[in-house]
Amino acid sequence: MTRNVMIVGVGGQGTLLTSRILGGLMADAGYDVKISEVHGMAQRGGSVVTFVRYGEKVAEPIVEEGQADVLIAFERLEAMRYAHFLRKDGVLIVNDERIDPMPVVTGAAEYPEGILEELDKSYTVYSIDAMDEAKKLGNQRVFNLVVLGMAASHMDFTKEQWTKIIEKTVPPKTVDINIKAFEVGYTG
Amino acid sequence: MAEKEIMLGNAAIARGAWEAGVKVSAAYPGTPSTEISENLVKYPDVYAEWSPNEKVAAEVAIGASMAGVRAMCSMKHVGLNVASDPLYSVSYIGVNGGLLFCVADDPGLYSSQNEQDTRLIGRSAHIPVLEPSDSQEAHDYTKLAFELSEKYDTPVILRTTTRIGHSQGTVELCDRCVPEDKPYERDIMKNVMMPGMAKGRHVYVEEREKRMSEDAASMEINRIEIGDTSIGFITSGVAYQYVKEVFPEASVLKLGLVYPLSEKLIKDFASQVDRLIIFEELEPFIETYVRSWGIACEGKELFTLQGEYSSNMLREKLKGEDIQYKGAEVPNRPPILCPGCPHRSTYYVLKKLGIHAAGDIGCYTLGAVAPLGVVDTTVCMGASISMLHGMEKAKGKDYIKKWVAVIGDSTFMHTGINSLEDLAYNRSTATVMILDNSTTGMTGHQDHAATGKTLDGTEVPAISIYKVCKAMNIENVVEVDAFDTKELERVIKEETARDELSVIIVCAPCALLKGQKFPYKVRPLPEKCKKCGMCLKPGCPAVKKKADGTIEIDDTLCNGCGLCVQLCNFGALERYEV
Repeated sequence: MTRNVMIVGVGGQGTLLTSRILGGLMADAGYDVKISEVHGMAQRGGSVVTFVRYGEKVAEPIVEEGQADVLIAFERLEAMRYAHFLRKDGVLIVNDERIDPMPVVTGAAEYPEGILEELDKSYTVYSIDAMDEAKKLGNQRVFNLVVLGMAASHMDFTKEQWTKIIEKTVPPKTVDINIKAFEVGYTG
Repeated sequence: MAEKEIMLGNAAIARGAWEAGVKVSAAYPGTPSTEISENLVKYPDVYAEWSPNEKVAAEVAIGASMAGVRAMCSMKHVGLNVASDPLYSVSYIGVNGGLLFCVADDPGLYSSQNEQDTRLIGRSAHIPVLEPSDSQEAHDYTKLAFELSEKYDTPVILRTTTRIGHSQGTVELCDRCVPEDKPYERDIMKNVMMPGMAKGRHVYVEEREKRMSEDAASMEINRIEIGDTSIGFITSGVAYQYVKEVFPEASVLKLGLVYPLSEKLIKDFASQVDRLIIFEELEPFIETYVRSWGIACEGKELFTLQGEYSSNMLREKLKGEDIQYKGAEVPNRPPILCPGCPHRSTYYVLKKLGIHAAGDIGCYTLGAVAPLGVVDTTVCMGASISMLHGMEKAKGKDYIKKWVAVIGDSTFMHTGINSLEDLAYNRSTATVMILDNSTTGMTGHQDHAATGKTLDGTEVPAISIYKVCKAMNIENVVEVDAFDTKELERVIKEETARDELSVIIVCAPCALLKGQKFPYKVRPLPEKCKKCGMCLKPGCPAVKKKADGTIEIDDTLCNGCGLCVQLCNFGALERYEV
């Protein structure tokens, strides 16, 4: 059976690194993998989506509404925008961070209040303030590994499989800090 | 077991080309095609370059092919329009070494100005079009394209879409196998397209196409998968994957060669199924042929002409499933200029002065939308400059005193340079602003002739945009620091008022360019803040209004460009060294 993971966030947040780690993990585990990602204009602060699908044989490269087993959201508003892509029994991982989109900055729209509470009514939600955790580790940039760690604790791979692929994927000098960040998210 | 790797479709094309023994590649960056060249350059024994534009890239590849080696060019769909002049004629000439045009379409407009369908250009230029449906096929079809090119003496188009080029999948790797270089022989009947020769070659082109459409019936890449015959699909590219996802048991004619089509093969398939569905993104290309052969089918009456397809679309239209998953109503998140982007200050000043901008293709197109709202037009690469000239000739020199053209450095070097030539030649009084951020920004930071680096990172003398303008005998060419808003304002006022052509080169590197140092950040001094909102006007994502109306600076985003500090009249923002 094909399993579906989605990563959503704001262009520039580093979703592509996360999808590279996921893809490598699944390929090492012997699965057929397809990943679909967004480059170009949307990467300039727009809403970005990456799909990761794995299984014995994967056909389409995208995850559609109602199909995601795991939705990893790097920002609250983006979690809300894409929550309907989750299956009924899917898991929503949210980085508890607010990044105002331009319509909110200009006053043309309001940033919704109580997003996590609202999502909690319909979905299984786990959230973490990953930026805060990363700051405690002394490197804000590794916040995405904190988020990934939390997602990993709800997926069917061993912690060893995860750490192995992280070591293989991130720049050699940053392995230790990235593994630490992953651990923080993993243990919640 | 063969070595396998997860590869982006564009990386798989590069790998396939390398394995096929390609020796020369030329391209201009364009989403979603850019990574083809960026990957190809990493392989040994291949020459790969960024050319100034797609026409030049195509001609470089044509020259290499004519000399006797396998060669390719790659571009996005609208890039093929720029390259269409050589394309139509090289179709007549054919090839010596195999010649490939990789062309990436963008259904759904992730990063483009239109949704044109390259298959139609293949048809009108009489050039065969291959269409892969995943990374493995992107790799395989690239290799096949060179073989077909040499077998049929024709350039070949490999058409991808965003979902193919920007999706990753497993690819089986092979070794590189370089065919022997072909000797060059002078043959003006084939290689010189004067009327006398082209007449003969046109006959050849029609024969070639007929032969290929006959052979298409037995090509392995055009595959009939017979299953349940109550419903049959003719499909190609990523659309094939959606069919397999939703109807794994159905009969499918999966086309790898989408032009020319085999009437025999399609009639054969159609006769085996009760209901025939054509599932193709964008134009009803296959459908039009199928209908013209008197075959009953369903296609665009069910499925849209716009955007990307999906498996939910098939579930809804063919299985009658009610796809109920509706998203929450949330504010949009359109792309924006980055914090520290040098375009922001230019647009801030233009807006302040009430000046309209004829725009161009790049990150700076984002100046069209709120809160900057300065760019009025965007058509194609280079159009800003020539369109402003047209406006002047239509309405007179006073009318365009409230207008400028804005164009990036890479776009200027692409085709803007031709437009400026027109203005210099035909006595324009316009003001052209070249926003020089030292890179091709939107596509992910590629070098060009004015940056001083080639695709493989070799340092070369940079072409000076300033000197190019001066060489056109343009008297008024001014260079300004993008972040010096006072000077920028003074220069724009002065040059737009002038009854002569002016070029203002606004300089500052893209905030995302690698290797840059950002020695400053900005902090608010709330006790001085009058809550006037001046600093919010340029729409920097790092500058935020707090609930009490004072300002906070997000220091994870702030690059310390200081634009907000310059705008504050009360000294409530301060730049500090980090």
